[in-house]
This record gives sequence, structure tokens and C-alpha cells, in this order.
Amino acid sequence: MTGRQLAAWALVALALAVVPVLLPSAFYLGIATHALIFAIMALSLNILIGHGGMTSLGHAVYLGVPAYGVAVMTMQLGWSPVPTILFALALGTATAALFGVLALRASGLGFLMITLALGQVMWGAAYRWVGLTGGDNGIRLSGRPTLFGINLTDAVPFYIFVALILFMALFCLWQLDRSAFGACLRGTRDQPRRMRMLGHDVWRIRWTAFVLAGFWGSVSGVLYCYDYQYVSPAALSLPQSAEALLMVVLGGAGTLAGPVVGAIVITAIKTIVSSYVDRWYTLLGLTFIIVVSVMPTGLVPGIAAWVKGRRA
Amino acid sequence: MQFWIVQSLNSLAMGGLLFLLSAGFSLIFGLLRIPNLAHGALFMLGAYFGATLLASHMNFWLAALVSGLGVGLIGVVLEAVLLRRLAGNEQGQVLVTLGVAFIIADLCLLTWGGDPMPLGAPRALRPPVFIGGFAFPGYRLVVLGFALVCALLLWLLLERTRLGAMIRAGVDDREMARSVGIPVSRLFSAVFFLGAFLAGVGGVVGGPILSAYPGLDADMLPLALVVVILGGVGSLPGALVGSFIVGGIYNFGSALFPDFAYVVLFLPMVVVLVIKPTGLFGRVLR
Amino acid sequence: MALSRRLLVQSGLGAATVALTGTVARADEPIRIGFLTVKTGPLAAGGIQMEQGMNLFLKLRGNKLAGRDVQLIVADTAGSPATTRTKAQELVERDKVHVLIGPLAAFEALAIADYVNTQKMPTLGVAAADDTTQRSASPWYARATASAGQCAHAIAHYAATELKYKRMTIIGDDFAYGHEQNAAFLRVFEDNGGKVVQKLWPPLNAPDYGTYVSQIKNNVDAVFMSFAGSNGFRFTKAFFEYGLGGKIPLIGGMTAMDEAILQQTGEDAVGIVSANWYSAAYDNPANKEFVAGMQRDYKIDPGYYAAGPAVAGAVLEAGMKALGGRFDDREALMKAMRTAVITDSVRGPVKFDDRGNAIGNIYIRKVEKKGGKNVNTVIKTYPDVSQFWTYAEAEFLAKPVYSRDYPPAKNLEN
Repeated sequence: MTGRQLAAWALVALALAVVPVLLPSAFYLGIATHALIFAIMALSLNILIGHGGMTSLGHAVYLGVPAYGVAVMTMQLGWSPVPTILFALALGTATAALFGVLALRASGLGFLMITLALGQVMWGAAYRWVGLTGGDNGIRLSGRPTLFGINLTDAVPFYIFVALILFMALFCLWQLDRSAFGACLRGTRDQPRRMRMLGHDVWRIRWTAFVLAGFWGSVSGVLYCYDYQYVSPAALSLPQSAEALLMVVLGGAGTLAGPVVGAIVITAIKTIVSSYVDRWYTLLGLTFIIVVSVMPTGLVPGIAAWVKGRRA
Repeated sequence: MQFWIVQSLNSLAMGGLLFLLSAGFSLIFGLLRIPNLAHGALFMLGAYFGATLLASHMNFWLAALVSGLGVGLIGVVLEAVLLRRLAGNEQGQVLVTLGVAFIIADLCLLTWGGDPMPLGAPRALRPPVFIGGFAFPGYRLVVLGFALVCALLLWLLLERTRLGAMIRAGVDDREMARSVGIPVSRLFSAVFFLGAFLAGVGGVVGGPILSAYPGLDADMLPLALVVVILGGVGSLPGALVGSFIVGGIYNFGSALFPDFAYVVLFLPMVVVLVIKPTGLFGRVLR
Repeated sequence: MALSRRLLVQSGLGAATVALTGTVARADEPIRIGFLTVKTGPLAAGGIQMEQGMNLFLKLRGNKLAGRDVQLIVADTAGSPATTRTKAQELVERDKVHVLIGPLAAFEALAIADYVNTQKMPTLGVAAADDTTQRSASPWYARATASAGQCAHAIAHYAATELKYKRMTIIGDDFAYGHEQNAAFLRVFEDNGGKVVQKLWPPLNAPDYGTYVSQIKNNVDAVFMSFAGSNGFRFTKAFFEYGLGGKIPLIGGMTAMDEAILQQTGEDAVGIVSANWYSAAYDNPANKEFVAGMQRDYKIDPGYYAAGPAVAGAVLEAGMKALGGRFDDREALMKAMRTAVITDSVRGPVKFDDRGNAIGNIYIRKVEKKGGKNVNTVIKTYPDVSQFWTYAEAEFLAKPVYSRDYPPAKNLEN
């Protein structure tokens, strides 16, 4: 790691650390926590969209399935937190491994539609399989867990827990970006035919990326369940998938910071701006349009280019 | 026996409705390569326009035409102002069209309130038709016929007219078309107009069955996607056949396998796509 | 009437300062009501009417309850459980409300149930989920409207004993609200000698009801429908399109023939019998004033969604009156509200059982055309109906909650 990169990472850590100090109350810290959890979800989706060039409209599966995993294991089987979390992560990742095989039969719009259809099937299953999921009544969690002696009930420890995981996710995805695998993945996005000629197994690279995205999505799903302490079919719904996609594209697909910025902006509009603006839904739509009109590749690349332009 | 006849008729009628919904989407996606995720919202807007016009006692078919023109104009503006400069930027197009869908849905709620609005079919077409002793809604057969006529007209337009030839040329090779003097951007506006126009007309003609209500957009968009995917992207006959297949799957599926009603459309789609990723009639998916 | 948010933030911050310095709330401080409703997205129809009903209720009281000023703070849950929880936190922690009213949907109420408990926040719900006042009742939650099963019990009794139906088809949205209504209907209908011979469950997002309507057996005495939102309207239209209207009687659950869809359903609605704890045509002075106000201010007849907050408001007022206008002691306020006996709400008399659910009149209403518009004329009143109907509470609660398959239907025919 170069000195500059080290400084950048230190800055990220510092930024995450000062948030609880700067925010006026536990309520706003709670919103920041929601935003960071969705940032992890958006980061995971970005592995597919940004690096792999595969637009998925079914990523809520990896938010909802592990969230249900946590809720069912905790509330119905009475498992303790650590095995519950490990099980939920394994469940989400295994789902991704299976669905990846199905979805990667196609590419482009076909891929998008298979992921959408799989998401709808899981949503329908959550609605209908009442014995397991509680149907639309969902499952309530009786509280946040105590992990390694630290009780996560209060806003501050839970925020720190989420922020640590986001930091880990950012770091891992940065390493992924710089790795040989990351280069291969971008190769399959830009030049699949050439990659094939060079002897790479394009399908296997894409499938690995799909599973990785599923794993990090599952991480956000576990946190989501502990955050809201409630899971219902909404966590698996098409609007949830679309929202994750919008976060990635709004912030800038293929960049590391983009999904985080996108998640923060959309969460802020949904939870804070909506308290002041009745027609916040229109405002959200306008935000998408304006961002794309001004910065067609998203907020982060757009602002970076603008800053560069000012310097030059 | 009656079960099979009625559900077959249901399937056909719903297929007609689905074709009216998805023809415009298929056209825009197939020819312009734009995944117009505002299509459901445009369809809903057509239904609301129609409900308003019908409430002021306009003739039903005239109301459908006027709504179609109105929605078509919105489509043209959308294409010219927002989408034209995003050519090739698929993610940008997704974001913008979803943004437009959000805005239309919210403004519809603001304008027409949240309660559902009925669209009455022309009085003469309302009574049930008796087929072998049981009743079937006459208007649904009218929708089926209307959809078939639309399909025929669209096919003639694209395959048998000069305009259609120019559109196809523009789609196949934009630069080449431009160099031989085809006004490509005006053509693209025309295609987008046609797609949005169809959504608007479909919203009104489908209105007596579906009504206008908040959420109609979100209910319809996945259906349009399913039809286009099953039928194959960008093929008009595909959209027609896809519509009837989806109509059949929905009606027979939910009647024969009621426990799977929530996944009755998407489970078969997964199966079809996994076996044949290009859709049943599709050429190559991009 | 909803205050400017910016102003509220300031007053909220002010309240926080007061709390820090340890001073007790001022004696002239207004009561802050946190109002959770849906203002965007597909569920907004009911949510907007909820807000209108609440606004009108406060307006009719001169924005004072038990002599105290009222600040209403409205939050939009967008029909999403996650957002509902965030908004509940915003109202409780940032705006420091004294009482919550809402939210609309069952899954929203369930999403905040534990939060309301841990915060000890008095909450007056309107969502119908049975178990929120049954097996998982909370001391901090009370529902002045009805559980999903409550009205279905009554109309099932009416169908079996007065309409003398013997064989029926029941159809409802395939989610908990539909399940609970249909299960309650099935239990009381069969306990009174009827037989449910067919159950149909269209999914919540069914694009078209034609396929379901054409499955209805042509030899049943009547069809019971339990739909939410605009689905009752869409189903009824399909029912008539397929020529069943006029041949097979159609009766409805709590929201199937709500005032919100009554005019749109037109001629088809006339004659349909349904059960609700409210009717815009219910005749008492409070309701006359309320209905006239809704017609004047919003040009609509109030139904389930608009009347719910008005009843909740009356409960809050009664609780505050019992405490002499005080509301700062949450425990006392909650207790006062749950023990209040109200005689003159827009739904008539109402009180609570020991699990926080309303005991009140259930009205059997028949749609009639009066003065050029459809009205839900009350044709029979079941007085003092509890959520347990005539069953013993302990026995009722010992059984599983109503669901798609419980109680089991023993008389289904293929």
C-alpha cells in the first residue's frame, strides 16, 4: 500500500469514526446505520454491475434470504447469535451459488430478467410459505444480540459494529479490484470473447463474482435483520432490488465510493427529506434524472471529473 | 369441459390485453434498445386520462385515441429531452426511466387521489356473450379483437411501408442510415411516440378490465417484461405469441395450481429462460 | 393543521434542552400526536384518507383535546416496514411525541410493535392484524377499530341465521388480512349450520380476477369476499362482467365495500351486504358532524380509513379528560385510554377488552342508492361485539391464530 492509499484509508476510518460524535442524537445515528447497511448491499451489487457488467434486478434475494435465516434461527429454533450469523451467511451464499448457475445461462437483458424472476419467486415464497416466514406478517426479532461480550442494542455500539463491517467490505472489495481476479472480471465485462480466446473460463469468473456478491449481500442482510429487528416479504421485493440498483447507478457503477454515496443519498431522501417534503417521491425521481443528465456515469465519477476539470 | 373453454377464453382475452400492454415496450426495446421502465407508468397515465375523459362523457374510442396521443406526446418529450443523449448508456436509461416512472406515479396520486377510478366500456359492448349456455364478458372478446387488429396494423407499418423500412434501416446501422439521408433522430422520436401511444391506448382499452388505480404501473411493468422475454426481444410476432402464452400460463396456472398463484408467472419464466436463455422465439439477447 | 416541520424541529430541540436541564414539561405544553400513515405508493389511498379523518377530527375539536392544544406530526411510512420503523423512531425520539396513532397496514404495525414496547409509547393502532391484540397483545397498544376477524364473525352469523345461506364460496386476498377474515367467517358460519364449500385465494397483486370469478361454483347460495384497498372494487366488477351479479348474492368483509370505493362500483354495488364497525350512514350526532365535515372539506364520504383515526382521537380525548387534561405520565395515559368508556364516537359506543381491542357495535350494512349515490345503510346492529365473538376468551386464545388453513374447512367440494 502506498502512503497516499494509506492516508485515504485512514481518512475513511476517521470519517466513519466521527459520525457518532457529529450527529445530534441516537435517531440520526440510526439513520446513518441504515445507510451504511444499504451501502454494503450496494457495494455487493456493484461487484456484478460495475465490475462484471451484469445488471441484476434481483439482489434483494441476498438481503432477504439471510435476514429470514437470522429471524427463523433466532426466533423459532433459539440458536445463539454466532452460529445463527454463520448459518445465515452460508444460506445466502449458497442461494447465490445456485441462482448464479441459473442466471448465468443468459447475459444482458436475459440475465436481468432471470434475476428479476428469481427474486419474484423468492418474494412469492416468503408471502405464501406462512409456516416458515409468517407470510406478510413477517417475523419479529426479540432484540439485537450480544456478540463477543458487546451488547449491540444501543445505537452507538451497533453503529460501530456496522461501520467496522463496512470498512472491511470496502477494503476487501478494493483488494478484489486490484487482484488478478478483478482484472479478469473486468475483462469478461469488456472483452468476453477475447478472454475466452485467452483461455479464461468466462462462465466460472462470472459465477465466482455472483457468489461473492451474494456473500457480501448476505452480510448486509444479516445486519438488516438485526437493525430493524423485523423481516417481512418487503425485504425480498422488487422495489428493494430496484432501490439497490439505483444506489449503485446513482453513485457511479464500478467505483468503490459510488455505491456508498448512492446509498447515503437515497436513504437520506427516503428518511430525512421525506419529513419535510410531502412529494419526496417525485423529488427522488427528479434526483435520478438530474444526476444522469448532468453526470451520466453517476455522482462519484461525475464529481471527480468536475474537480479535475477545475484543477486543470 | 366448461372449465377448459372458459379458461381458454380467459387466456385469449388476457393475451390480447397483455399485447396492448407490451407491444409498445417491445417496440421501443427492440428498435431503440431502450429498456423503458416508465412503460407501466405511461400505461397507467393512459388509464387515468381515459377515466377523466370518459367521466366527461367522451366517446370511448375517441377517449382512447386522445389519451394515446397525450401519452405519446409525453413519450416524445421524454425521448428528445432525456433519453436521446443517453444512447448506449443502459444504466443511465434505467435510472432515468425509473425516475420518470416515480414522478408519474406520484403526480397521478396527487392529481387523481388514491381511490380507484372505473372506466366504463361502451354500453353496447358490456353484456355477457352466451357461449354454449355460459356467460363470457363480451368486452373481453372486443379487447382480443382490438389487439389482433393492432398487431396487424403494426406489422403492416413496420414491414410494408417506407417508414417501416427506414426505421429498420436506422436500427440496423445508425451511421449508414444517416449517410444515405435517413433522418435517424426524427425516426427514433417517431418510434418512441408510437410505443408511448400504444401504452396510452392500451391503458384506456384495458381500463374497463383493470381500472385506473395507484400501483397499476407496478403491477403491469413486470407483466410487460415477462411477455417480451418469453416472446423474444424486439420481435412483434414474438410479443403477440408471448402475450397469449403468458395469458394462458396465468389463467390455467392459477386455476390448476392455486398454491403457486404468487409465483405462477415467474416460475415458468425461470424454467423457460434456464432452458432457452433467448426466450421462446427470441433471436439473440443482447 | 400539520405544523411546519422546521418549527417542530426547533421546538423538539427546545424540548430536548428542557429534558437535559431536568425541568418538567411546561403546564401549557401542547400534546404532540405522532401520526403514522402512508402518503406515497400504492397504499396511499387509505393513508391519505386516514390523514384527512385525523385532520377533520382535530378541526372539529378546535384543535384542542381536554382543554389542551394539539400538535399533529404526520409521518409518511411509504407502506414499507423498514421506513415505518425509522419514522416511528423519528416521531418518538426526535419529535418527542406523547402518543402514536397508526400505522395503516398490519405489517407496518408489526414492524414497530417491539419498538413501541421498549419505548413504552402509548399507541392507538388501526391495523387489523388479529394477534396484535390477542396472543401477542401489548400493554402499550390499543385498537379502537376492530381485529380482522371481528367483523367477519358478525357477518358470518348474519349470513347463516338471517340470510339463511347454507353453502357458500369464500374468496379473499391471499395474505394475513384476507386469511384472518375468511377463517373467522368460516368458523362462525359453520358453527351456525352453514357449509363453506369452496375457498379461493387470488394473490394480492392479481392483475385480473376473471380467472377466479369463472371458477366460482354456480350452485352456491352466496359468495363472501374479504378484500383490501381497491381489490374489492375490481373483484366486484369482474363478478358482474361474467354475469354472476344478480344470480349469486355477494357479501363482503370489513373493507370489501368501503365508502372509498362505493361510488366507483356504481350500480353493481347496490344490494351488497357487508359488515364493519362503521358506516358513513350510521346515525348519531358525532358521525353526522364528521360526515358533513368530510364532504365539505374533502368531497368524500368517510369510510374505514378516515373514521379509524377519528375513533382513536376520541379515545385519546377520553383518556386525557379522565386525567384532567394531563398526558405526561405515559403509563397513566395508556391506562386511562384503555379503561375509557366512550359513548359518542363516530362509530357509536366503544370500550376496550383487557387485551386492548375494541368492544363495540358491528354494523351489517346494505348498499342502497339514495339521492343519486351509494350508501351503506345499516340494516342490523350487533351490539358490544368483542374480538372473541361469543367464544370464551381462554378457549379462543388457546387455539392457533386464524390463518389460511385454520380452522380447517371440512366441507370443501371439488
